[in-house]
Amino acid sequence: MAPRLTKVVDRSPGEPRRIGYLYLAPAFLLFAVFVLGPLLHSVWLSLFEWDGVTAGRWVGLANYGDVLSDEQLRSSFVHALILIVFYALLPVLIGLLLAGAVARVQVRGFTFFRVVLFLPQVVAMVVVAVMWRMIYDPGNGPLNETLRAIGLGGLAKSWLGDFDVALPAVGLVGTWVWYGLAMVLLTAGVQKIPRSLYDAARVDGAGAIHEFFAVTLPALRGEIAVALTLTTIAALRNFDLIYITTKGGPGDSTSVPAFQVYDRAFLTGKVGSASSIGITLVAIIFVITFCINRFADRGAR
Amino acid sequence: MTSRREQATTYAILGVFSLLALLPIVGIVFTALQDPGSGAGFGRLGGFHPGNFADAWDQGNFGSYLKSSLIVAAVVVSVSSLLSIMAGYAFGMMRFRGSETLFYVILLGLMVPTEAIVVPLYYDFRDLSLTNTYWALILPQIGTSVAFGTFWMRTFFRAVPRSLVEAARIDGASSWLTLWRVLLPLAKPAVLTMCLLLFMWTWNEFLLALVMVSDEGLRTAPLGLSFFQGRNSSDLSLLAAGAVIVATPVVVLYVFLQRHFIRGMVSGAVKG
Repeated sequence: MAPRLTKVVDRSPGEPRRIGYLYLAPAFLLFAVFVLGPLLHSVWLSLFEWDGVTAGRWVGLANYGDVLSDEQLRSSFVHALILIVFYALLPVLIGLLLAGAVARVQVRGFTFFRVVLFLPQVVAMVVVAVMWRMIYDPGNGPLNETLRAIGLGGLAKSWLGDFDVALPAVGLVGTWVWYGLAMVLLTAGVQKIPRSLYDAARVDGAGAIHEFFAVTLPALRGEIAVALTLTTIAALRNFDLIYITTKGGPGDSTSVPAFQVYDRAFLTGKVGSASSIGITLVAIIFVITFCINRFADRGAR
Repeated sequence: MTSRREQATTYAILGVFSLLALLPIVGIVFTALQDPGSGAGFGRLGGFHPGNFADAWDQGNFGSYLKSSLIVAAVVVSVSSLLSIMAGYAFGMMRFRGSETLFYVILLGLMVPTEAIVVPLYYDFRDLSLTNTYWALILPQIGTSVAFGTFWMRTFFRAVPRSLVEAARIDGASSWLTLWRVLLPLAKPAVLTMCLLLFMWTWNEFLLALVMVSDEGLRTAPLGLSFFQGRNSSDLSLLAAGAVIVATPVVVLYVFLQRHFIRGMVSGAVKG
């Protein structure tokens, strides 16, 4: 009797212990082999000058120095930062506009609007890119045709082929993809704000604008952080859209880090440099995610 | 309390942005249905020629692309889901040494984009002569998928009342039986959401396929579309039809199960 009793006592208060490793092992192993391993391998490769075929040459941190000194690389990172404006800031501002409006009004049929707003998120980025190439087409694209039809033909241009407008043109596709997510996320946040806060603001005679800055905006800190994190990471990763629409051109005017990774590793034989760009990208994503969430936490306290 | 004008403004904002989201998508469907002979233009309603889909299917080889995508997605989603449920169960309900550290490693892994690991993955797979196989598309995507799946399932298991598990254990159920008989029926919605997101991400993945695969027969749907565009950029309606074919499987799932997609992505889901 006694041994059995101790066994039961041994098991009952806590959860099974070592068996946790068994449940975890298969997933963690695959994760380690196909994500962590390659990540470390990438760090290693980034310390070499290697064309992918012949023996590599150790160059230490020189590839990382290039990220700052190489004109082509530096501009690709600058482009990524500009794209954050279009992928992250613009969608969140549009989302806030809607969230502010929804906070004061009961919207009927919001489920329907939500489904439509969210639709661009589920369409493959390659399809989105093919679609927008047609829309931006200088010859028979609907954008130029509309401009000509309303007498603004002078504004018609080769949107993806013009050095000055190609980057914003690509950026606006990102805005189109992401504003629905920001709207849905932020309106969901608004619906969680206690009505009493709004009633109190109204008793104080707050107007729509004041109410937005006094009640809605502070309460949405968490949702804003999630939206900014998702969209910023999307802006920094952004490969499919660039590859299909512009291949980084004209010149290097829409070249982004993710495109440089592909171009250097697989087209121009600079594997070490490509790896260093990838690792730099990871570092930037870590730092930005950390900062955004720090900002959100501090507000919550 | 609110004025009629405010109400109208809210609906106007919603309406305008919903229309903006919808227009390009309706446009490409219209384009796909245009008369292919008479100089198609994006978004014009020019007749009804569903034959374009059949032509794109044949000329563009989309049957083969969809088959590859389906094989890859089926394996990635089923294997990743199974392993994620188990790992999430371990993190969410069991205490073992190092569990916090291991979980943080997975959390960091969630933020590693494919762009950062695709270079070594290619050379590793090449050295093993595994490029140009389904393995090169499946294994790395399982790696990134289990990171998200484990995170997602852990959140679910943490919210399950402990009394439920303790009751099962007092009845003498093993941890394995508890998972599948007691917890999984409760987890169905969470598992479905996870499967849908993983399916969407796998179906839409482009860079990995572009790098790993050069055989026509192994190309996935998005990769096939990009090649079809290269060969066929003059015939707008065929290209549009091809694009619609590639987007349709995920969009159809979304239309029927939108709640799951939205709930999942609004929770801040990202995958490497």
